[in-house]
Amino acid sequence: MSTMLPAAIELARRHRLQWWEALPWAAGIAAFFLFPNYLAFGTQVLVTILFALSLDLVLGYAGIVTLGHAAFFGAGAYTVGMLAMHLGWTEPLSGLLAAALVAGAIGLVSGWVLLRTHGLTLLMLTLCTMALLEQAANMFSGWTGGFDGMPGLSFQPILGLFKFDVLFFRTQYLYALAVLLLCFVLVRMLVYSPFGRSLTGIRENLLRMHAVGAPVRARQVLAYAISAALAGVAGAVFVQATGYLNLAVLGLERAAGVLIILILGGYGRLYGAFAGAIVYLVLEHTLSKAYPTAWQLGLGLTLMLVALYARNGILGLGEALRRRWSAR
Amino acid sequence: MSTALLETQGLCKSFGALEVARSIDFRLEAGARQALIGPNGAGKTTFVNLLTGLLQPSGGRVLLEGEDVTRLAQAKRVKRGIARTFQINQLFRGLTVLENVCIAVAERLGAGGGMWRPAGRRTEVVEESTRLIGMLKLNDDAGRRVGELPYGRQRLVEIAIALGLNPRVLLLDEPAAGIPSAESHILLEAIAGLRKDIAVLIIEHDMDLVFRFAQRITVLVSGAIFAEGSPAEIAANREVRAVYLGSALDA
Repeated sequence: MSTMLPAAIELARRHRLQWWEALPWAAGIAAFFLFPNYLAFGTQVLVTILFALSLDLVLGYAGIVTLGHAAFFGAGAYTVGMLAMHLGWTEPLSGLLAAALVAGAIGLVSGWVLLRTHGLTLLMLTLCTMALLEQAANMFSGWTGGFDGMPGLSFQPILGLFKFDVLFFRTQYLYALAVLLLCFVLVRMLVYSPFGRSLTGIRENLLRMHAVGAPVRARQVLAYAISAALAGVAGAVFVQATGYLNLAVLGLERAAGVLIILILGGYGRLYGAFAGAIVYLVLEHTLSKAYPTAWQLGLGLTLMLVALYARNGILGLGEALRRRWSAR
Repeated sequence: MSTALLETQGLCKSFGALEVARSIDFRLEAGARQALIGPNGAGKTTFVNLLTGLLQPSGGRVLLEGEDVTRLAQAKRVKRGIARTFQINQLFRGLTVLENVCIAVAERLGAGGGMWRPAGRRTEVVEESTRLIGMLKLNDDAGRRVGELPYGRQRLVEIAIALGLNPRVLLLDEPAAGIPSAESHILLEAIAGLRKDIAVLIIEHDMDLVFRFAQRITVLVSGAIFAEGSPAEIAANREVRAVYLGSALDA
């Protein structure tokens, strides 16, 4: 073998776990013991992180700009909801799998159709797909509960052992944390694989990617479907944890929210989803308590500051500060 | 006549009323070292885009070893051995030089869609990329982001990527443009080091380089082949001198 270039050694080590990567999970477990009264909120944060992480795969890595990602969150949510309501299929883990399959299939088909387009056209079409699903959920109310949604769903204990308790979210929180960890490991593996590199290549230079013989659209559609399946899992956990769902799981507000969260945290960085979801939801939570009428103003100002001074989000800001620090 | 490695028959392309390729009959033999020259706007880059499938022709055929590839998508043609460089760098600017080359090599080795093993652990991909980087004297820059490199060095990355595809036909669109003259020998050496059966077509305005490199020259004017022949024939051709070379040679 020829002597390894330093760059090759760096590349071979890049995917290795860093010590600080244990911190989010340690914090997640610590929060379970430190804030027993906030576990419902914590579960919401974990579900949102998973949703934002799924978006990061397509937006941050593959560079596919979408404003309709809640379509897949909703597809997963309605899958477990409808299975529970109509078939009495309330086993949670197989429910997750079903949600992933349904959302992934919708992602595959819609991606295959939509990813012929780029930019604003794509943005509008993703929005339209979501609106179509939302209207379908509204119209077929016999199946979906329509505008009122499905209140009071209950699910079997996880593995027959851990009961979902509607009042205390202990099980829900740990369940969401475990699902997030599994999905995160999958996304992290994908991102560092040649497949993930090729997605980055597509984002960086589409023309060149075609010219190296990469099946560009197949890769994009596959990434879109995987991302959709993960978003579906997030939606499913949301319904299993809270026991209800309504049309909002498919709405523009949720789709725009997750986009803002990812941009706030920093996209294309895996952990941006974590930082964004935590900061956004904690801000929303505290501001809405302190200023019930004007809390969105504070959120808006924060986002403006990020857009003006931290283009790469919270993580990007951290990286810039670290560079400045080490340059001294 | 034997089948050429790459051939076009009556290749046409028009954008509305503008004809940019007029019934081009062109042959590139295995092992050819051929140059495509002509004034600005002659349709040289369009011709390369038609060969690689970036553009679809309005008429005519592209044949690779006698097989019609006219309707074949770009990526499929790359798999069959047609590689190119771009007139203006088309690189992954946010990635390192090594990663840029690795992406191309991974696609060629069929590892580009792998999902399990990390990219940096694909030793066969990394080693082959390392070899190409060495060949283009980019060792010291291997770990740097392409966007941070001087333009001339980026040009060499562009060529490393094309070579990483292990082409049978290599189409170089003004490869030396932007490379400082002190470094253009790196480019020539890299091309000279290629396997002898690889066909190389070079579009170039630097007549020094063209006449040093090419065994055969095609002159394209207003989308049509104006003249074709050995360097000596082309240099002696009065009409070519009048249309193009005169100014280029005197300059």
